[in-house]
Amino acid sequence: MLSELDINILEILQEDARTGMDKIAAMCGVSEDEAAKAIAEMERTGVILRYPAMINWDKVDRDSVEALIEVRVTPQRDQGFDVIAERIYRFDEVSSVYLMSGAYDLMVLVKGRTIKELALFVSEKLSTLEHVLSTATHFVLKKYKVDGVIISGATEDQRLKVTL
Amino acid sequence: MSNRLADHVSCVPPSGIRKFFDIVSEMKDAISLGVGEPDFVTPWAYSDAAIYSLRTGHTHYTSNWGLLELRRAINNYQMSRFGLEYNPEKEILVTVGASEGIDLALRAIINPGDEVLVPEPSYVSYAPGVTFSHGVCVPVPTGAENGFRITPDALRAAITDKTKALILPYPNNPTGAILSKEDLEGLAEVLRGTDIIVISDEIYAELTYEGTHHSIAALPGMRNNTIVLNGFSKAFAMTGWRMGWACAPADIMNCMFKIHQYTMLCAPTTGQYAALEALKVNAANGFADVQKMTRAYDRRRRFLVKSLNEMGLDCFTPLGAFYVFPSVSSTGLGSEKFCEELLYAQKVAAVPGTAFGQSGEGHVRMSYATSMEKIEEAVKRIAAFVEK
Repeated sequence: MLSELDINILEILQEDARTGMDKIAAMCGVSEDEAAKAIAEMERTGVILRYPAMINWDKVDRDSVEALIEVRVTPQRDQGFDVIAERIYRFDEVSSVYLMSGAYDLMVLVKGRTIKELALFVSEKLSTLEHVLSTATHFVLKKYKVDGVIISGATEDQRLKVTL
Repeated sequence: MSNRLADHVSCVPPSGIRKFFDIVSEMKDAISLGVGEPDFVTPWAYSDAAIYSLRTGHTHYTSNWGLLELRRAINNYQMSRFGLEYNPEKEILVTVGASEGIDLALRAIINPGDEVLVPEPSYVSYAPGVTFSHGVCVPVPTGAENGFRITPDALRAAITDKTKALILPYPNNPTGAILSKEDLEGLAEVLRGTDIIVISDEIYAELTYEGTHHSIAALPGMRNNTIVLNGFSKAFAMTGWRMGWACAPADIMNCMFKIHQYTMLCAPTTGQYAALEALKVNAANGFADVQKMTRAYDRRRRFLVKSLNEMGLDCFTPLGAFYVFPSVSSTGLGSEKFCEELLYAQKVAAVPGTAFGQSGEGHVRMSYATSMEKIEEAVKRIAAFVEK
């Protein structure tokens, strides 16, 4: 069970993973040691996995393409979807895999340099996997919001400068 | 004086620091800690509900009272959060912000010459509101030594045979003071057995840190003499919607309702749908929206209080609203001088404590309803200013 301190720390780090320990401690009303200990514990238990930067690859001058693939599979006795999911997520092209409720089973997000590259991945690797029944590939055209961040940037502060 | 204007209105002086605000507004790249409203934009779900209400043709008047469904939602909300129960059909009124509630409450109960006790420093609207109602505002000074809380002794000393009402604005703007259940019990002790009506302005109730908000109306024997005012502006980030509510025992409400009915007709319909959605969403997600914003304020509060204390600006620990009210006496400057010099030297805007009454002298109000980045930059600039 996460404490109020843990939740505060997670919200701070999710906003800015580079926030200094002194600032985290001040914002949470604890000592730097206590904050560091709470973070270490969450790293140990896998609550915090990594501290990556959120990158807008559209601004990077090189070809890239992403697709979302709906995959229907036959679950395996005793192992459910886990084994087939693993066979899919091991591929470097795959950035995320989710088990879904509804009309299909796995949602697979893939990234590559060209459409051709991803087309090859789907037709030769993914579709041919044992237990994969069907795939439906949707290419990403434009990203508006990613993990809570609006890509076009924050809107300006519309407030009056001073109000009582 | 010519008789063109009403004496009891023209006698109210214009806001003394208007000029200061104009300078702030003109100044480029000034960081303002002077804003008295959330920096969060209204959660989209509420706005979307309002847009949907327009698309489906809900563009007419509602009942003078406001949508019954909204009044019921308000009652459920207050029951679950503050243990207050009112009859949605005759004791709850949807108002145009808590501001209208203040006006209605005062006009409903004040006879010419009645005295209204107002803890000081407090929000700027109470005293003019009392004057507009032909009442007499009696400030009850509070100070840092009591955590800016009105004490039972100070209350007792201020009561005369003309005292009609006490305005109880906690959590407090500008000081951030709150009243604990024990504090309220002490005041209730003085008030029970009198006919003094409490106007409890609880607009910052949700923004209570390290504990929960208590309403004086929930204490034994107080409900019948209390008007509770609240609204959606602060907790739900909905200032521009102008949505509030008032709760009062039926006889008082009846009088408030009359004024509202003949002057306002009803609160804006679109805003009522947004407000209803705000309560629905939060009832469904365990007040996640409110708590998320409150936690963000709380972190900034701790950071700002610690930073100010470290630079020698003695800062009483505020437990509510989104303001800190540090003393600037260590700089040797008065409130207004401090704010003016800070603005010109470092381009940081704070509000002089004197804007909220004479007992605010020696203090300034700084709002942490501003992004952490701006607060950090402001802290650096204030530290540089104080060092000189």
